[in-house]
Amino acid sequence: MIEDTPQPPAGTRPADDDLVRATGVVKYFPIRRGIIFKHEIGQVRAVDGVDLTVRRGETLGLVGETGCGKSTLARCLTRLYPLTAGQVVFDGTDISTLNRGQLRPFRRDVQMIFQDPYGSLNPRRRVGSIIGDPFAIHGVADGAERKRKVQELMELVGLNPEHYNRFPADFSGGQRQRIGVARALALRPKLIVCDEPVSALDVSIQAQIINLLESLQDDFGLTYVFIAHDLSVVEHVSDRVGVMYLGRLVELAEVDELYRHPHHPYTVALLSAAGTPDPNKARKRERILLTGDVPSPIDPPSGCRFHPRCPKARDRCSVDDPVLMPGTDRRPGAEPTGDGHVTACHYPVLPGEVLAGRT
Amino acid sequence: MVRFLIRRLLTGVLVVWLISVIVFAIFFIAPHNVAQLLLGKFAAQNQQLVQTVTKQLGLDQPIWVQYAHFLNRLFHGDLGYSYYSHEPVTSLIKAALPITASLAIGAAIIWVVAGVLIGVLSATRPRSFTDRLATLFALIGLSFPTFVLGLLLLYFFFYQLHLAGVTFFPGGGYVPLTQNPGQWAQHLILPWITLAVASMAVYVRLTRGQMLEVLGEDYVRTARSKGLRPLRVTYRHGLRAALVPIVTQFGIDVATLLGGAIVTEQVFGLNGLGRMSVQAVTNQDEPVIIAVVLLAAVFVVVANIVVDLLYAVLDPRVRLS
Amino acid sequence: MSTTELFESAEVPTIDTSGTLGRSPWQLAWARLRRDRVALVCGAFIVLLGLVAAFAGPLSKLIGWSPTQQDRINGLTPDGLPAPPSVHHLLGTDNLGRDVLVRVIYGTRVSLAVGVAAAVAAVLIGVIVGLIAGYFGPAVDAIVSRLMDVVLSFPFLLFAIALVSVVGPSELVEIGVIAFFSWAAVGRIVRGQTLSIREKEYIEAARSLGASDRRIMFVDVLPNLVAPVLVYTTLLIPVSIVFEATLSYLGVGIIPPTPSWGNMISDAQDVYQQAWWFLLFPGIALIATTLAFNLLGDSVRDALDPRTERLFAK
Ligand SMILES: Nc1ncnc2c1ncn2[C@@H]1O[C@H](COP(=O)(O)OP(=O)(O)OP(=O)(O)O)[C@@H](O)[C@H]1O
Ligand SMILES: [Mg+2]
Repeated sequence: MIEDTPQPPAGTRPADDDLVRATGVVKYFPIRRGIIFKHEIGQVRAVDGVDLTVRRGETLGLVGETGCGKSTLARCLTRLYPLTAGQVVFDGTDISTLNRGQLRPFRRDVQMIFQDPYGSLNPRRRVGSIIGDPFAIHGVADGAERKRKVQELMELVGLNPEHYNRFPADFSGGQRQRIGVARALALRPKLIVCDEPVSALDVSIQAQIINLLESLQDDFGLTYVFIAHDLSVVEHVSDRVGVMYLGRLVELAEVDELYRHPHHPYTVALLSAAGTPDPNKARKRERILLTGDVPSPIDPPSGCRFHPRCPKARDRCSVDDPVLMPGTDRRPGAEPTGDGHVTACHYPVLPGEVLAGRT
Repeated sequence: MVRFLIRRLLTGVLVVWLISVIVFAIFFIAPHNVAQLLLGKFAAQNQQLVQTVTKQLGLDQPIWVQYAHFLNRLFHGDLGYSYYSHEPVTSLIKAALPITASLAIGAAIIWVVAGVLIGVLSATRPRSFTDRLATLFALIGLSFPTFVLGLLLLYFFFYQLHLAGVTFFPGGGYVPLTQNPGQWAQHLILPWITLAVASMAVYVRLTRGQMLEVLGEDYVRTARSKGLRPLRVTYRHGLRAALVPIVTQFGIDVATLLGGAIVTEQVFGLNGLGRMSVQAVTNQDEPVIIAVVLLAAVFVVVANIVVDLLYAVLDPRVRLS
Repeated sequence: MSTTELFESAEVPTIDTSGTLGRSPWQLAWARLRRDRVALVCGAFIVLLGLVAAFAGPLSKLIGWSPTQQDRINGLTPDGLPAPPSVHHLLGTDNLGRDVLVRVIYGTRVSLAVGVAAAVAAVLIGVIVGLIAGYFGPAVDAIVSRLMDVVLSFPFLLFAIALVSVVGPSELVEIGVIAFFSWAAVGRIVRGQTLSIREKEYIEAARSLGASDRRIMFVDVLPNLVAPVLVYTTLLIPVSIVFEATLSYLGVGIIPPTPSWGNMISDAQDVYQQAWWFLLFPGIALIATTLAFNLLGDSVRDALDPRTERLFAK
């Protein structure tokens, strides 16, 4: 895996431009059963060998169907989970094998914003205390100073600082997500991983939160990993976008390039499904192209994991596991392209090619 | 299913074993001199005798040896002799067991049947007079300590009725079922009620709550609108759903039942296992206490396994894993 | 700041709930509880009981009898039986010619002290053990849960008797025995709640901030457990009081001549046909107390979570 990591041609950008460098990240969840002594009977291969870099100051979007491992990958990058295998280097430090105590300084630099604005705030605690949590945990500010800092943060994210003593239940969904943003911002982190930060919100409010995140990025030079279902949201916020399928990263490119010239049949299918603004219709169209269920991550298909559902699949696809490669030309000795657009597919979709939906 | 059974049996054995260890620890490690106790006033006169008896009982050996002896005798069904009456503990238990069994089983049947019935009645007509009465009953049942209720029952149904010339209820005692079934029941009615009421209250509330929940669900309303008779609907859907938590509750109550039996036997002067153990405590008659405690533990464990099996039969959705 | 300006116009209109904004769930529950008449009556009764227990000494002086003092003149009838209620003894006397009223008053002290102390001890142990079982993953959970199962499947009254027979009865032993057989029920509930709270996103949020396990348990999990634990405590107190009375009734609780409702009723059992007052008054005290705590517990539950159906519908 590792030697196949696509590296952009030397000279395009300095190496310390990478804030996060993940190589061969694997996360399996064991499935256990047993009478008294549990034994493992299988594994959910939630993330199964992902290479990824996040550049300083960029927004990296991650898309893919539900269950493809986006959240798990995010939790691996932030080391909320121990890795089954692989390596994550953050800001020059290998964090993949650090224990909880050793991770503490890293926790200041990396924050998460969660999907559920109801679930991610403790209903029994006052908002001021929730936003002040990072200060309390890292012993940064106390008493009156903490309160002042928290109120500054509240103002920063568009909350009324006088609501310091209210409870999460007193706020609307959008306001709660602002609370989550304020908490993530408290220690001025370098990276914020947003796991579907707006999926649970009304469309009108989604725009507000996204605007907030974007302007904060400008003001504080933040780097985002932005996970979403909604392809148009990802298109709007991201600089680069990665597409995941069954625990693998199958395509990665600059946002405009990916949306205009998708190479992987799966990406094509996703994009064509998302073309319609009506989500109901979108789901219907998705079914036209993406037939069959997502295979189980417990027992993923051999070869290319997408082959059972792929309209372009040939014999080789069920045997050979494709790796991320630049461009669409798969002949040996083909000129490497320099735009960093990589795809894990033996038969990438060419520009202008129309994919037939399988029945 | 087989897996589950094995697992339950194994944990059951584990629990009983743990209890045997605890019992052993309580009685054999506790700082008191059994031989001295056993010999009573002889001990003071003859230190030699104390030592002989200590040796005979194996009390001078290391703890683990004593524990091995203890287990070994248990496996052979040898529960020893009462320090107090010097009779074999097994025969004491044989005499007392039918009384406790009659009391406990009868009371359990009464409380489950009556509790569920009252619960169903009050659920079919929520907020009606019946419902309120049932609620009041449940409240009283939950708040009345068993022995207070027993004594009150005795006062009114035995004493006051006797004064009024009605001599139906005896004031205590026991007549074996094999000897005279009529009198057996007559002697046990008040104890049964005493033991049943507190637990019954729980079942009333449980059945009512479950039934109301189920009866409010869509498919039951559909069944009703299809013209099924209300009582049938109540029975078919409501009660079935209520059975699962009821059975669960029963598993929890088994241990309570034994405690209640002790108190009830004490109130009504029934010479069952409970009264026997209370007397054994007064007399510091350890072999008897140990035997009763172990017997009770085994009973609770077995009853819980049965309850779990019942649970699986009643609710196929709950896979036994 | 630019962002603030940006969003000033976009601020979402809030629903006006000015009456409740910023008030903690506790304050709201307290407000609901204060509007509950049953809770008020029961609460007042319990406060009164507390006062009676606290001032048992002065009260008995006022009445003129100490709890262990035998009245040699009016204490017993010529047949040697307890004397019925009279001007000398408002609630009659017991089998040894002692004042039933004073003894019931002193019994309140024992019942409340043992009942409350045992319940609080059980809740403390149960919360800590349940929290540990629920929080620290399947391995710890399996062991601790099994332990709780074992304790719960003990025939507890029998065990309590056996234990007391070895250790010897005393108030402290009684509290210990009751707490020992009650904590597992609390532990089970707390464990279940902790298991579900542990999966909440705000716990993950705390972890991602680098919070320690201890901080998460006490700052994030515990506040969410207070409501069920509070309810359980109020319901456990009457159970403990009855447990105490039962032990005393069986002769393994409070040792005479110290009065407790349980040992009074036990003494009364021999003469209840002739002296109903001797049985009735401690009995009433016991029932009224458990009733009050049960009803209060139900009201507290209702106030904390108005959606649940009341145990005792009004
Ligand atoms: N803690 C866990 N234990 C076992 N399996 C898990 C766990 N977390 C996730 N999984 C499994 O791993 C796979 C990937 O899950 P993940 O939550 O990462 O997907 P996702 O892309 O974030 O999906 P969604 O879009 O629904 O959030 C799924 O099959 C899921 O069931
Ligand atoms: Mg997810």
